[in-house]
Amino acid sequence: MIWFVAVLLGIAVLAWLFRWKGQQIDWSEYNAKFRDMPFSVAYGYILGLSILLWLYWAYIQGRSLHPETANKFFFLRIAIEGFIIFAIAAWVFRLFGRSVGTAGTKKLFRSMPLTASFGILTILIYAFLAIFAAFIAPYGQEQIVPGVAANIIPGGDPALGGNPDFPLGTDQIGRDILSRLIYGAQNTVGIAFATTVLAFLLGGTLGFLAATLGGWLDQLLSRAVDVLMAIPSLIFALLLMTIASVWAPQLGIPLTFFMVVIIAVIDSTRVYRLARAVGQNIVVMDYIEAAKLRGEGLGYLVFKEILPNATAPLLAEFGLRFCFVFLTIAALSFLGVGIQPPLADWGTMVRDLGGFVNFAQFAPMAATAPLLAAGAIALLTVAVNFVVDWMLQKSSGLKE
Amino acid sequence: MGNVLTIILQRLALGLLTLLIVSIVIFIAVNLLPGDFAQSILGQGATPEAVASIREDLGLDQPMVTRYFQWLGGVLTGDLGTSFAQANFASFSGTTSGATTIAEQIAPRFGNTMFLAMITAAIAVPFSIILGILAALYRNTIFDRATNIFTLSSISSPEFFLAYILILFLAVLNPIFPSLSNIFDGMPFSERLEKSMLPALTLTLVVTAHMMRMTRAAIINLLASPYIEMARLKGLSPMRVIVKHALPNALAPIINVIALNLAYLITGVVVVEVVFVYPGIGQLFVDSVKIRDIPVVQACCLIFATAFILLNLTADIMSILSNPRLRHPK
Repeated sequence: MIWFVAVLLGIAVLAWLFRWKGQQIDWSEYNAKFRDMPFSVAYGYILGLSILLWLYWAYIQGRSLHPETANKFFFLRIAIEGFIIFAIAAWVFRLFGRSVGTAGTKKLFRSMPLTASFGILTILIYAFLAIFAAFIAPYGQEQIVPGVAANIIPGGDPALGGNPDFPLGTDQIGRDILSRLIYGAQNTVGIAFATTVLAFLLGGTLGFLAATLGGWLDQLLSRAVDVLMAIPSLIFALLLMTIASVWAPQLGIPLTFFMVVIIAVIDSTRVYRLARAVGQNIVVMDYIEAAKLRGEGLGYLVFKEILPNATAPLLAEFGLRFCFVFLTIAALSFLGVGIQPPLADWGTMVRDLGGFVNFAQFAPMAATAPLLAAGAIALLTVAVNFVVDWMLQKSSGLKE
Repeated sequence: MGNVLTIILQRLALGLLTLLIVSIVIFIAVNLLPGDFAQSILGQGATPEAVASIREDLGLDQPMVTRYFQWLGGVLTGDLGTSFAQANFASFSGTTSGATTIAEQIAPRFGNTMFLAMITAAIAVPFSIILGILAALYRNTIFDRATNIFTLSSISSPEFFLAYILILFLAVLNPIFPSLSNIFDGMPFSERLEKSMLPALTLTLVVTAHMMRMTRAAIINLLASPYIEMARLKGLSPMRVIVKHALPNALAPIINVIALNLAYLITGVVVVEVVFVYPGIGQLFVDSVKIRDIPVVQACCLIFATAFILLNLTADIMSILSNPRLRHPK
């Protein structure tokens, strides 16, 4: 604690010196900048610089030959390397997008921030993995390779308890973790995607209907949605999953199917709210009036007039909703009531392998397995959020 | 002022009504279970007589409406019923030691959860408001972008990922805080604080992002207004313009988002409590879900929903009170 305060004070002194020195030296174009610089800005510069220096130092430590020091900074090293690799990949991808494709996509890529291109690249990679999981994964998701030990340490180094045939090791009953991670893309992402689509079909249709028809239907649906939204969604999902877990074996329907329906219904309330609000703004437009006077039916009104005009906000909402659904499913699986084994799923993998984090000090490789699964979830949601953030910024024209 | 009072009373009444309906929804949902607890404790070799006697013991033989009102009446008088698992245990072991009613079981855990939420709020609220003000002050700089990326990442990571990262760095690699929060009664405050620090930090990371982004957006929204222009032209420093002129007017949305995030805190603790084995109500809930202890699930659900509704109600009322346009309608 004392050290912490001392470091902050030291930075304050350095910042003051930095500004003072900057004012002394005669750099024609920077003179005004240093003269008007508030102390807090100078502090920010020095703080940022010290953090960068510290990260550099930690990285060097992580590469040191001393295993004890190297273990301690192993994860920071991986994080820094990962960050740089992803940044370069995103940059290359954006460059690629600017030079290849139609004029429209080129223009899109030109104004794209790096975060958004990172997001799109990541989503594409996940989609590729999910679709071709069966061809990419070296082993099956439920396959226990005969004669292979359980809990092989990731890294593939036999001296540290690894096995080159299993680059990410095996789990507690001897299944290949790499294959399960790849299949996880198919199961976790696929199920989350299906759930979101279902939620949108349900919530969107009802929301537009309520907006178009109004009256008692609108009242009934809106009040029902109000009540459902008054119960926190994860809690309600857990409650319903408890009940479903009793019903599932009796009816012979897999529990995962129940989960999709339950989460879709809970999440469709949020979609309903948005669809209704957007729909109500559109319904009062003149072209809707004209279509009504032409004698168009309800289906035409909803799908041909309202839906095309509500696409932009709904699309952004789709991205956000997907993240919520994905995180809810991951949380349920983590708690043990979501996607059921033997299906490979990231949330369940984190729960099963989580204990290995405690070995990080002595065998950092052992701790990577649960973090990889959790990181796979985080990476996708972060990527989707970056893209949605960019889309929202673009469509609202927010500059400041 | 009378007008505001009516609005607030209306909101309160609406909140109570919602609560009542939610309790009905929860009750019905729980009663959708096929079979019942009596059968599941006795297993396959149960004789019908034994099942009937347990059903009678637990009051499962009465019609649903009666049971609902009995349950509701009990809840209103602070009697949440008896946990099936506990009742089972007591009758088999012949002892009644320890907590036997749900209320006794939940009370200390509820206190623990509130403690966790309180610590988190104490860290997260000032932190996120200061960060939000700074981001608004230095908008479109590297600092703003870095905080934007950082908060977006932490808002979209699953809680258990953040929790494990914190365990990895603050408990395993640098043993600063314990990774398991074994909290018990009569623990000194400082030790309690230390043990619940990691869950509190995890929750802080989760809620800070949202609050900080809302603070930033609310302040930036106001920066185009004429009175801010005036203050700027008067020669006030940017910091003063924001803290003295913009912040008080941005308070309504900020308070609103804080209340919503506190509501999230009380319900979002489930995963975090499970990771850190924190003895709170969220853990009890998940455990009861797994062993299908219906009365406990029901009670926890109701408590979570009540907290959620009450905090949402507070957010509503606060935003009415802090908005002069609603206080003095035309």
